[in-house]
Amino acid sequence: MDTLAALAGGFATALTPTHLMFAFIGCFLGTAVGVLPGIGPALTVALLLPITFQVPATSAFILFAGVYYGAMYGGSTTSILLNTPGESATIITALEGHKMARAGRAGPALATAAIGSFVAGTIATGALTFAAPVVVELALKLGPAEYFSLMVVAFVAVSAVLGASALRGLACLFLGLLLGIVGVDLQTGQPRFTFGMIEFLDGIEVTIVAVGLFAVAETLHLATRRKHGEDEIIPLQGSLWLSREDWARSWKPWLRGAFLGFPFGAIPAGGSELPTFLSYYMEKKLSKNPAEFGHGAIEGVAGPEAANNASAAGVLMPMLTLGLPTSVTAAIMLSAFQSYGIQPGPMLFVTQGDLVWGLIASLYVGNVMLLVLNLPLVGLWVKILKIPTPQLYAGILVFATIGAYGVSNSVVDLLVMYAVGIVGLFMKRYDFPVAPAVIGMILGPLAEQAFRQALTISQGDPFTFITRPISASFLVVALLLAVGPKLWNAYAASRARA
Amino acid sequence: MSGSITRRGALAAAGALALAHPARAQAQAQARFESVFMFVPAAPGGGWDSTGRAIEQAARAAGLVGSFQFENVGGGGGMVGLPRFVNQRRGQANAMIVGGSIMLGTGITGKSSVTVRDVQPIARLTSEAGVIVVPAASPFRDFAGLAAALRANPGAVPIGGSVAGGIDHILLGLILRALGQAPRSASYVGFQAGGQNIAAVLGGQVQASISGYSEFAEQIKAGRLRALAISGEARLAGDGADIPTLREQGVDVTLANWRGVFGAPGTTAAQQAALAALMGAVHATPQWQEILRTRGWADAFLAGEAFGRFVERDIADTEAVLKDLGLA
Repeated sequence: MDTLAALAGGFATALTPTHLMFAFIGCFLGTAVGVLPGIGPALTVALLLPITFQVPATSAFILFAGVYYGAMYGGSTTSILLNTPGESATIITALEGHKMARAGRAGPALATAAIGSFVAGTIATGALTFAAPVVVELALKLGPAEYFSLMVVAFVAVSAVLGASALRGLACLFLGLLLGIVGVDLQTGQPRFTFGMIEFLDGIEVTIVAVGLFAVAETLHLATRRKHGEDEIIPLQGSLWLSREDWARSWKPWLRGAFLGFPFGAIPAGGSELPTFLSYYMEKKLSKNPAEFGHGAIEGVAGPEAANNASAAGVLMPMLTLGLPTSVTAAIMLSAFQSYGIQPGPMLFVTQGDLVWGLIASLYVGNVMLLVLNLPLVGLWVKILKIPTPQLYAGILVFATIGAYGVSNSVVDLLVMYAVGIVGLFMKRYDFPVAPAVIGMILGPLAEQAFRQALTISQGDPFTFITRPISASFLVVALLLAVGPKLWNAYAASRARA
Repeated sequence: MSGSITRRGALAAAGALALAHPARAQAQAQARFESVFMFVPAAPGGGWDSTGRAIEQAARAAGLVGSFQFENVGGGGGMVGLPRFVNQRRGQANAMIVGGSIMLGTGITGKSSVTVRDVQPIARLTSEAGVIVVPAASPFRDFAGLAAALRANPGAVPIGGSVAGGIDHILLGLILRALGQAPRSASYVGFQAGGQNIAAVLGGQVQASISGYSEFAEQIKAGRLRALAISGEARLAGDGADIPTLREQGVDVTLANWRGVFGAPGTTAAQQAALAALMGAVHATPQWQEILRTRGWADAFLAGEAFGRFVERDIADTEAVLKDLGLA
């Protein structure tokens, strides 16, 4: 077992006091930046790049990997407690997580997120250790046509989760698509919907819109509805820890999330958002009590949180084996490799074995460290909810404003966030769902680019989507999702009549 | 612009790798700065950012500059940061902005009101030639094979690269024009991230792909991609020296993605000359040469008026190609 021997060597590297310290600093920093909206792992790793001039490569990468994993843990904390997603990968966590917190179950929500992240992170790191080359080769089989069909599956899945009114859900989806189109068009280089403002050339940042729709809208909503003088504190109910029932309802979503997240991290257009959406949808479909979704279902936190951590390990796989960055953070880590004169690629495991196995071993170590770091803090974090509502929401507003400004030091971003917040207030008031808008915004541009890339490659032949087998199977899945339940209901109804 | 600086720039342009030693000593004497403000019109971590921070590293190690202050404003291929630099740093003698060829194209396609013409050229530092690759299993054994297919029907050969109107697209446009085809007839597939571009060509989704050499280097060495041609004026030194240039293969096209620094508008010729002298001194440090080596950057030092003329010519060329591509 060459792999196990190499991994053991890696642990010998990762468990030295110096490297443990770097892993700890990385995990701690990562958790902190995950908590702040706007400041993500990519920016943090970039700002830490100068460190590559001072310390050996192995130490630097253990630090960077800690930041990356830590951010995935930290992002969920603010999603659950403050309805303010720190990362785009934790937007979906806010849907059920914050509802749980409002119902006094913040402790179990945070605990299932932390343990789920640990379980999925460990499974995915294991997959990274043993399955890397195979999965990467499979991922290369997916071209733009397949990505587009995959997005169609996601859109259909999302519209099936839309909730009570399909019309309202679709309206929000299209609002998201519209916001996603703003910026320079990749295939022609022309600016769209920028109204001559240079700040819009790169489009509107998803976290800005998410924070506007979630945190700002929520604050405004409370401000318009609260009666003067009333001072309600969100009550904490029951144990901070997971009950037997919580465990029973969490472990399957953790495993499913891990198996969704890992491959999506590895494919070039996958990322960490798409698997969280799909995981949420899957848990809602598989749940024994789907009515609880939208009111704080623990499965809706456990699945997506596991998925986003597993995708983080997935992202490292094509980067280490092919030199192929599939996320912004990975791209910046790649430039750090280059500043050491190391080029990740097929030869990396041979030429830099010590570094790679040390890094992989430190991922296992980091996962344990993050669990130890986060679980005791659950009790501390939930105390935030004991702050009286006006002060708490004033704080959230300040926090969201600082975070949004931090994205690119732009006042325009702040104006966009508050404008979206006001729109969000009316959406909340008149019962329009928020999730489709965010999902449309993230996936819309990806789907559009994939569609046009696929058509350029096929020289304008639209049948490329159904003549390529993988793409065709995705479309069949989408079709089944769209019409399957209706047909089944009709069939069941006709049998009942007969 | 003082005479000595111009001559030095011209000397470097003529191909001298480093400054003559007496000139270096003189440059260092006049090039000491208390502080330098370095503006990077891109997010931390990219090519422009690492160029700016490499300048800091070399300059401080050699004691040429007391302290550096950095500001990163990313977006729009530099077109978000550039207007901010122009507005906020007018007349500031120690302010520099990192920029390069990508900025010319984005300024034209985005129809920006503030362009590279609004800042003062100080020095070009590095450049990277583009490379045209095909998957290892491709039927195109050499560039002549690909050229024949492009001549026959450019639309039937999908080629990947970075964002449309970017430097890779421009290179394809120049090649098609040299082959007697309309640049507009290309099947160019723009990818947001370099990784997607590599994946598309490795997986055979596109028939060929264009990017900077460093992006493909590891795949070429591992034999998973075959490099057909390089877009520089000469072959690469070291790794990749066996890749022939386009010119060697009868296509008269050269294009390189260069990076350099520019000064603030409203500064005097003497102030600009001082910055150019500083960059000359930075370029001469052993630390800078070491950075070039570890990063795999090709030295393309060119300062002063010669650099200014180069930028003017590059803007005109870029504009012409983008018109041909239907993007300007």
